[in-house]
Amino acid sequence: MRPSRRSLLAASAAAMVAPHTWVRPAWAAPRLSYDLVPRRVADGIWMLEGTTEYFTFENGGNIVNTAFIETDTGAVIVDTGPSRRYAEELRKVVTAAVPLGVAAVINTHHHPDHFLGNQVFADVPVHSLPETKSLIAEHGDGYADNMYRLVGDWMRGTEPMPPTDVLTGSDLTIGGRSFAALALGGHTEADLVILDRRTGTAIAGDLAFLDRAPTTPDADFGRWHASLDQLESLETSGIVPGHGPFDTGKQSLAQTRAYLHWLDAAMTRAAEEGLDMVEAMNLPLPPAFAAMGAQPVELERSVSHLFGQYERAALPQVN
Amino acid sequence: MPRFPILAALTAATLLALPARALEGPAVTLDDPYRTGMLGYLQRELLGDPAAIEFDSRVKVMAPHSAEDSFHVPVTVDAREIEGVERIALFVDYGPIPHILDFYPGDAEPWLAFRFKIDQSTPVRAAVMTADGTWHVGGTVVDAAGGGCSAPAMAYASDDWEEKLGDVRARMWSRTGRVRVIVDHPMDTGLADGIPVFAIKNLDFSDTEGARVARIELHEPVNEDPAFSLRFAKGTLTGPLTVSGRDNNGNEIDATIPYDGAIR
Repeated sequence: MRPSRRSLLAASAAAMVAPHTWVRPAWAAPRLSYDLVPRRVADGIWMLEGTTEYFTFENGGNIVNTAFIETDTGAVIVDTGPSRRYAEELRKVVTAAVPLGVAAVINTHHHPDHFLGNQVFADVPVHSLPETKSLIAEHGDGYADNMYRLVGDWMRGTEPMPPTDVLTGSDLTIGGRSFAALALGGHTEADLVILDRRTGTAIAGDLAFLDRAPTTPDADFGRWHASLDQLESLETSGIVPGHGPFDTGKQSLAQTRAYLHWLDAAMTRAAEEGLDMVEAMNLPLPPAFAAMGAQPVELERSVSHLFGQYERAALPQVN
Repeated sequence: MPRFPILAALTAATLLALPARALEGPAVTLDDPYRTGMLGYLQRELLGDPAAIEFDSRVKVMAPHSAEDSFHVPVTVDAREIEGVERIALFVDYGPIPHILDFYPGDAEPWLAFRFKIDQSTPVRAAVMTADGTWHVGGTVVDAAGGGCSAPAMAYASDDWEEKLGDVRARMWSRTGRVRVIVDHPMDTGLADGIPVFAIKNLDFSDTEGARVARIELHEPVNEDPAFSLRFAKGTLTGPLTVSGRDNNGNEIDATIPYDGAIR
């Protein structure tokens, strides 16, 4: 096997640490703890809230929300975070809150901050939609490599592990607790929403963002809006968004919808006026969207993902 | 007498020839803010080792800090504060093929938007030559995961790419003086396994009398389906423009960008 960049990094890190005479400079001091603090958001449901930033060497990729739900046979964890280190800490705090430990894991979708902790839960079933399972199998290594580049040593020892179990029906019962498993999409090809029937809490994955700019690398705006319509119609007591604080109403749905509408209109107009990508990336954000976490980085990324389609639509073929 | 006289002679010849070339510095040594160690080499190889070259803050190169898509990194170069621009050379310091393109603005403003394939994090530089032969250099740094130069073109994932080859999408905005053009072409670098270089060499923009108003000479790093924006001074776009060019296999590109206003 050809050594990957990760294995080489791990080897060189090991080589550097081995001699005890090696003195660690201040900037390399270990400070790699996510300090996860679960917050109880409903009866038997806890949320771990990440920052609303983009990936950095400082936040170690803890920019994502994860959650866990107590059942009669243990906790169901929804999303496993960006790294092995994150998931090890997650498992500790879950076991402290739910003495029976972990019964099952669910991945809402295939983006790296939501599944790269899976390997820590190799002893329990890991559920996802079928497309999510195959997308993780296909892109997992690439995501892991890129995460090493974006957040560095926090990723040490992280290996992608695809889900083991595919969810087919829309009803899911684990340890006597019953959930609706809604197979939606639009943020990615397959976005799973878990609705706890006991409390009415929805764990919405990245279909819902609150006070944090939505991300669009795999977005389909039409499907995303249809999914938001469906979430809007649910009777919920609260929503755990994929990123941002707990939503006691449906503000995350409204905010995500408004941002996607603005993005669509802004890119249509930019393409119609003949602007290029760099100019579109520097469009002024309305104050409400400029105040979201991870801006203007996410606008810049969205233009990269999406602008090509808009400009092709705006330019007629002339030969 | 050495046992392998020919080998020894060859080695001696190599040792004599190479250091002379490698140690030769550029005519002007610039104090490079990015300290890449590449600028002297690029001055000699891409710009013909000019005797007059300087960093100039009036050469603005704009690109995202990080390349979200290594196959399509957007860049805008703006040298409109400089008079008498004849040529703008765009290149990177780190990449298997440093030279991206040359833009000869002619009647257009010295401003160009384009996209390129990035292979690793690198400065992207613009060297602007004015009529007096002086070069003015500006740049920016783009961070990247890389790999943009050595993967096959996306077009080969579809089976109708040959039918689209050379298709031109374009539009003019005479009110703002903008022209935007996209040409469908794989722009193969020759660095992907088993795929030889296949790239557009040039795109020339001409008026209805056939007089050339601007020219772009492309190299392999330009993105698949090259996309360019040009700018003309307001009021100077008064009729259609033709865009014509050729790739290294001899395929011709030919299209007319319709005038979007009333013909005078």
